[in-house]
Amino acid sequence: MKDTGRYKIKQISIFSENKPGRLAAIARALQEEQVNILAFSIAEADGFGVVRALVDKPEKAHQKLTDLGFNVAFTDVLAVRMRDIPGGLYEIAKILGDGGINIEYSYAYSGKEAAVLILRVDSIETAVPLLLQGGGELLESKVFH
Amino acid sequence: MRYFDPRIEEMPPEDIRKLQYRLLKTLVYRLYSFSPFYHDRMRETGVHPDDIQSLEDIRKLPYMYKSDLRDNYPDKIFVATQDDLVRYHVSSGTTGKPTVVGYTRNDLENWTVSLARGLVSCGIGRGDVLQVSYGYGLFTGGLGLHYGAERVGATVLPTSVGNTERQIELMQDLHTTAIACTPSYLLHMGEVAEKMGVSIRDDTDLRTGILGAEPWSDAMKARMEEWLGIRAYDIYGTSELSGPMFCECTAQNGFHVWGDLAYIEIQDPKTGDPLGAGEKGEMVVTMLQKEALPMIRFRIGDISSVDDTVCSCGRTHPRVMRISGRVDDMLIIRGINVFPCQTEYPLNTIPEVGQHFMIEVDRKGALDDMLVKVEVTKEAFSDRITDLMAIRKKVEHRLRNALNVAVDVELVEPGSLPRFEGKAKRVIDRRKL
Repeated sequence: MKDTGRYKIKQISIFSENKPGRLAAIARALQEEQVNILAFSIAEADGFGVVRALVDKPEKAHQKLTDLGFNVAFTDVLAVRMRDIPGGLYEIAKILGDGGINIEYSYAYSGKEAAVLILRVDSIETAVPLLLQGGGELLESKVFH
Repeated sequence: MRYFDPRIEEMPPEDIRKLQYRLLKTLVYRLYSFSPFYHDRMRETGVHPDDIQSLEDIRKLPYMYKSDLRDNYPDKIFVATQDDLVRYHVSSGTTGKPTVVGYTRNDLENWTVSLARGLVSCGIGRGDVLQVSYGYGLFTGGLGLHYGAERVGATVLPTSVGNTERQIELMQDLHTTAIACTPSYLLHMGEVAEKMGVSIRDDTDLRTGILGAEPWSDAMKARMEEWLGIRAYDIYGTSELSGPMFCECTAQNGFHVWGDLAYIEIQDPKTGDPLGAGEKGEMVVTMLQKEALPMIRFRIGDISSVDDTVCSCGRTHPRVMRISGRVDDMLIIRGINVFPCQTEYPLNTIPEVGQHFMIEVDRKGALDDMLVKVEVTKEAFSDRITDLMAIRKKVEHRLRNALNVAVDVELVEPGSLPRFEGKAKRVIDRRKL
């Protein structure tokens, strides 16, 4: 179980109304705090959205955004390195699918060394050993923060 | 048929006033003796039934408010016992508790007769098919019009609200000549009919609309009459008065308030000083013959003026002009009364959202659209969209149950809704009537 903790990455999630200028307000706040955004996505529903981001200084980002009145939450996610070739995503998704792990949401970025898949799963405790046993390469949280 | 009851409808005005005085006297004695609620209120005001020596003395009597019904939920201010009640109707209340009204057999009779006179006055009778597209059930509109129309010998088509395409088919197949519904619902019907390739003006026998339960304007009336090829008549009432009660005659210049059933005062809403004929002010209604739930000097909250000259239709009873506003912040959404404060109680039962809210009302197409904006609390904020959607659903559901009207809910960021120090203005009404 100790192992699992190493791979839990603190994502910040920000509630945002679906209207012009909200993302700019969030991004500006992070800039002011010299917080670097490593990956992010926006999930949109009817009239509102949730901005999710992996940042280098999550505590600082949380504090700043909260001070500005945003509704912010931490969520634990996993980051898995994918081979940046056709079938790279399949390899990871198959491990989770075969193991009965549900992916609640996911987003990805393609960096200098590799492509990285960010995953929010229903059970991190089950997903981590499955991915490791399946040959997946999980990034530790210290890589980000 | 020109009159339903010419003896009453053509009664000389001075005789109406004599009759009203007699009825008022009887009413006050009855309430003083049998209504602990009104007895106490009269004692507090320091007025005794013997102090009522003229019709004008009505102004010595204490008021009744909508809150009196709420505070005495469900039936504590009823004067009749349950044995004598033959019906209940229920409307939404302001603090989570609904308002209950009860009727004796005589109450139902007077209600029916009032509408029968009104329907005849705008030309409805034998040979007419009246489609009642007001809601049937706890709401008074459907059943009220239903019995009134049967009484004048019209054929009732009790469609209630909704299922608009079917309503239009039935309107054509059964040759509806008159319809009773909210003005916005009739506009909606007109639009739906056009989409079906049906022109209400050219392809149906509809010629009369009896429209009410929500505010509308002369401009809207003119537009509807032209577009749909009908004459549109205003109808007025609330559940406290029994239901829809008073209807415009063919002169289309205000609805006749039958003097043997009701007495209308117009007063300055701030000072309570009486205003003269033609002056616009707050209506105060006394129902002179109601038995189960007497309403005396009821501050109904509507603003209008009275014309007490004899009408060109020949009827001698005073006419009240189309309602031009409210003394309070009550909204009417698709025919249902909504007080903005009614949203507070259900919101307080949902910890996921804060107590602040804003109501935005629009007219989308012909129908009212009510949007309530609420803030998601920090504790309730979840990264999961599905959780947030569930909160929204929950708020929509609770508000719908409390207000009896469908509401859209929008979740907004905490702290983003305006805060008020003085009187809160939580409503933006963008409807142009």
